[in-house]
Amino acid sequence: MPRYLRNLIIALIVIGVLYGLDFVFQAGLINPYYSRILMLCGISITLAVSLNLINGFTGQFSIGHAGFMAVGAYSSAYFSVNYGVNLANSLGGGKLGWVVALTLATIVGAIMAGIAGLAVGIPSLRLKGDYLAIVTLGFGQIIVVFLNNIEAVGGARGYSGIPIVKSFFWIFLIAVLTIVIVYNIVNSAFGRALISIREDELAAEAMGVNTTRYKVMAFVISSAMAGAGGVLLAHFDGYLNPKSFEFIKSFEILIMIILGGLGSIVGSVLGAIVLTILPEGLRGFAEYRMVIYSLLLIILMITRPQGLLGSSAAFSGLRKRFKRFTEGPSGTAGSATQSGTSVGGENPR
Amino acid sequence: MSTFLQQLINGISLGAIYSLIALGYTMVYGVLKLINFAHGDVYMVGAFMGYYLANGLGTRGAQALGLNPEGLIGRGLLGGGTLEPSLITALVVMLLAMAICAAIGVVIERLAYRPVRKYSRLTALITAIGVSLLLENGGQVVFGAEPKFFPELFTKRNIDLVGGASINSADVVVLIIALALMVVLQLIVYRTKTGRAMRAVSFNLVSAKLMGINTDRIIAFTFALGSALAAAAGVLVAIRIPRIDPLMGILVGLKAFVAAVLGGIGNIPGAVLGGLLIGITETMVVGYLSPTYKDAVAFAILILILLFRPSGLLGTVAQEKV
Amino acid sequence: MKRILIASFVIACLLSACNPQAGGGDKVRIGVFMSTTGSTANFGISSVNGIKMAADEINAAGGINGKQVELLVQDDRSDASEAATIVTKFVTQDQVHAVIGEVASSRSIAAAPIAQNAKIPMLTPSSTNPEVTKKGDFIFRSCFIDPYQGAAIAQFAAKTLGAKNAAIMVDRKNDYSTGLEKVINETFAKFGGKIVATQSYQEGDQDFNAQLTSLKGANPEVIFVPGYYNDVGLIAKQARDKGITVPLIGGDGWDSEQLYKIGGTALNGSYFTNHYSPFDTDPRVVKFVNDYKTRYNSTPDALAATAYDAANIMFDAIKRSKSLSGTDIRDALQATNAFPGVTGTVTFNQQRDAVKPIVMIEIKPGGTYAVKERVNVEGAAAPSTASAAAPPVKAAN
Repeated sequence: MPRYLRNLIIALIVIGVLYGLDFVFQAGLINPYYSRILMLCGISITLAVSLNLINGFTGQFSIGHAGFMAVGAYSSAYFSVNYGVNLANSLGGGKLGWVVALTLATIVGAIMAGIAGLAVGIPSLRLKGDYLAIVTLGFGQIIVVFLNNIEAVGGARGYSGIPIVKSFFWIFLIAVLTIVIVYNIVNSAFGRALISIREDELAAEAMGVNTTRYKVMAFVISSAMAGAGGVLLAHFDGYLNPKSFEFIKSFEILIMIILGGLGSIVGSVLGAIVLTILPEGLRGFAEYRMVIYSLLLIILMITRPQGLLGSSAAFSGLRKRFKRFTEGPSGTAGSATQSGTSVGGENPR
Repeated sequence: MSTFLQQLINGISLGAIYSLIALGYTMVYGVLKLINFAHGDVYMVGAFMGYYLANGLGTRGAQALGLNPEGLIGRGLLGGGTLEPSLITALVVMLLAMAICAAIGVVIERLAYRPVRKYSRLTALITAIGVSLLLENGGQVVFGAEPKFFPELFTKRNIDLVGGASINSADVVVLIIALALMVVLQLIVYRTKTGRAMRAVSFNLVSAKLMGINTDRIIAFTFALGSALAAAAGVLVAIRIPRIDPLMGILVGLKAFVAAVLGGIGNIPGAVLGGLLIGITETMVVGYLSPTYKDAVAFAILILILLFRPSGLLGTVAQEKV
Repeated sequence: MKRILIASFVIACLLSACNPQAGGGDKVRIGVFMSTTGSTANFGISSVNGIKMAADEINAAGGINGKQVELLVQDDRSDASEAATIVTKFVTQDQVHAVIGEVASSRSIAAAPIAQNAKIPMLTPSSTNPEVTKKGDFIFRSCFIDPYQGAAIAQFAAKTLGAKNAAIMVDRKNDYSTGLEKVINETFAKFGGKIVATQSYQEGDQDFNAQLTSLKGANPEVIFVPGYYNDVGLIAKQARDKGITVPLIGGDGWDSEQLYKIGGTALNGSYFTNHYSPFDTDPRVVKFVNDYKTRYNSTPDALAATAYDAANIMFDAIKRSKSLSGTDIRDALQATNAFPGVTGTVTFNQQRDAVKPIVMIEIKPGGTYAVKERVNVEGAAAPSTASAAAPPVKAAN
């Protein structure tokens, strides 16, 4: 069977499974509280996996992820409110119309966030380590300040009236796509260049890797995916508030990937799930909830500093495992790994 | 002109407080290369310690110290003519709060940071965020989430200056104490054996250890010193603007951190310079442009400076070894 | 594989920690979501206090039609998404009969569609943004809305005080403050006034010297400060330090016993609109204030009072309701007619907003309040004025 055909079939199966699950959710067979948390997990997965590309695989220290998420969320919300609703209605207002409108909204959000990523990335990725962190943090704060002042999107009052789309299918489709994209990037020549930057930037440069270009590319992709995560959030409650995108949100995403294990996709997924459920799970502790949350975080860092699912060592182990059972979900995984090995020594420029 | 002068004074007062907090960030960064995100929250704890101490001292404690409790509230610096009672109380409150926070800083370092020191810096950073969240959330449980109002330790009044500007006596006290603390810090770091050890650790931890310096002790000392300064800033802020709440450290901490980076993180005069610069810029932006973009402008300046001087204003460019 | 097993175990433990609560049929369950931690914790705490007191009172009096009231109180950490999650939990897992919350409009707006979809009535005691009740016919509000309040403030300054030039100091990050600013500007201009200077600050700012120095230069006759008390107290103090003596005028965000503690004498002669005055001599108010003081050892602020009223309005509606179904409670709530609350007599209009009087309070030396006047806004700026005189609206769609 040709590879593309196999990939196509796998993709169709994934879509079919998601669609089936979506039907289960629509039918209300699952408690909406659980399904809400599950969907929030899906959004978190998108955000965490995308941040892992820049922090975990490229080794660049970005803590302004919420800023890109905000760009995606607000631009897509603006699109949906002003054009999307009309578009969906002009296409009959049915499922088809909404699929088109939402797809466009997602593309708008991702592209705008990607542009923001480009604008921030080009000047700031010349900086290293903590300085990059501070610039991204500063950018995130600046975005929030601006959102507070843009009347067209509600300013400080928040942006309400965004069409609400609580779709399990859509959220997890984006999450799976993010995972597939990151997985394929990591296992390609491009990804090897990124990892070489993480391991030793000077050596990578000496080997002919155009480090700035690769870093910016990774940053833009990561930002665009964060933007897509923002799109999901915008249409989840139909309400956005600049307060939701302050640096504490960036920290939350950062904690997810570090808790899960930097440079591990499965780790990011796990970290996203654990940290989304944890505050809900601790609800019984009333006012001590967040105290326990922060204590658990510290204890976890002390006892498992490499994260729940190990670090680079665990990553290589995971990759082997992945090879085994992700001939499955990620579709092109097999081919990517192979082409990755074959061009490993090639100059990725 | 008088407005400008007034804004400048406002800015310097605000900047002095940022500077004090920035010093703690910069020192810890100097020795551990750790962005201690919990530092802003130590400043908050300092303000609350001051609050409880001031309320305790105001009644019984003052008599125990042989002070006249009436003077605590009644007479003030330059106000009633006598300097002693109220200002001394303010100093006692501040010094005790500093001592308590120094101890808290050491405990935090011992329990949370030392165990992760051998791991990656990101682990340490997340631990710092964890400690920060713990202090904020714990503060909301222990102190209560609603804002508290700091008692007036001395009567404030305006002192008219030339050109129609005026300066509040609280600002004078803040400036004098901040300046004094910075001088003391400078003396500790550059004139004492411990200070020399601190600088050695900051320069190279491993070599310092090989030279027989007890690095653990020096790091703990650095945390104590930084936390004490944060506590002092907390009490000084509360004297100047008497509202405190458990989340007050987040934004101020972030700005002080920005100040430290602006001046060149790890550099002590840089932290002071950065703090003043942020304080004055912020005030000028609020006064002459739009206050709404205050935070954005502070960060924008930071970003611009970093792009042209990647190690901050006074930072040294570390040559990367191949 | 072991790691993945461990991971799944961790998640399973977490999930099981979100344990479902058994919904007994013998109790009236009311979900309360408030911000008892985070940036607006103080408002959430006051509101929860008021609601708890109301619930204990009705339970001591035998409950609603013989059924005890069970409050499920959850903290949303002042976060909109978390508010939505809590209300989802309330309406599905906890199967509450009604929901009360939130203080901040942003959180009410995020949570309202969920209550609406589940057809569970939600009553907000103090979200003043008009958007909130537009989310659907199950969403009610037991306080006046921002436009009405803003118009009252501006009219008072222009007509009663005769001010021509005013300055405004707004919390730009705060939806409540910017919402009021807009209406104040419009209404003040309508009465021939002029806003000569606008300055802004952000929630939690400590230092207003820069803004006040600029404001002083514009020589306003009054300064509107539509913000929250914790900022207002400091603003007043620093304004007087700067030699600004004109009155400050604000809205219900000023109301707190802490206001005078922080602002002190600097506030004397300033005005704000409020839901009620704790110094009112109405026996209902006196009883409420005394009970609250005994219980919590502090003077109830307007948020405690509106929340107390909201809880009682909800209990009253449930009592009149044909059954405990969401639709029946909704209908009963809509039919609320002249409910005697401590913050005034409440009737809901067609927009499900409370119709009730607004009081303009003058701050007197010593921190006591005097009711300066009861403001009736001229013109149709407020939707509630039109229907105020109208007969009670029958439950209808």
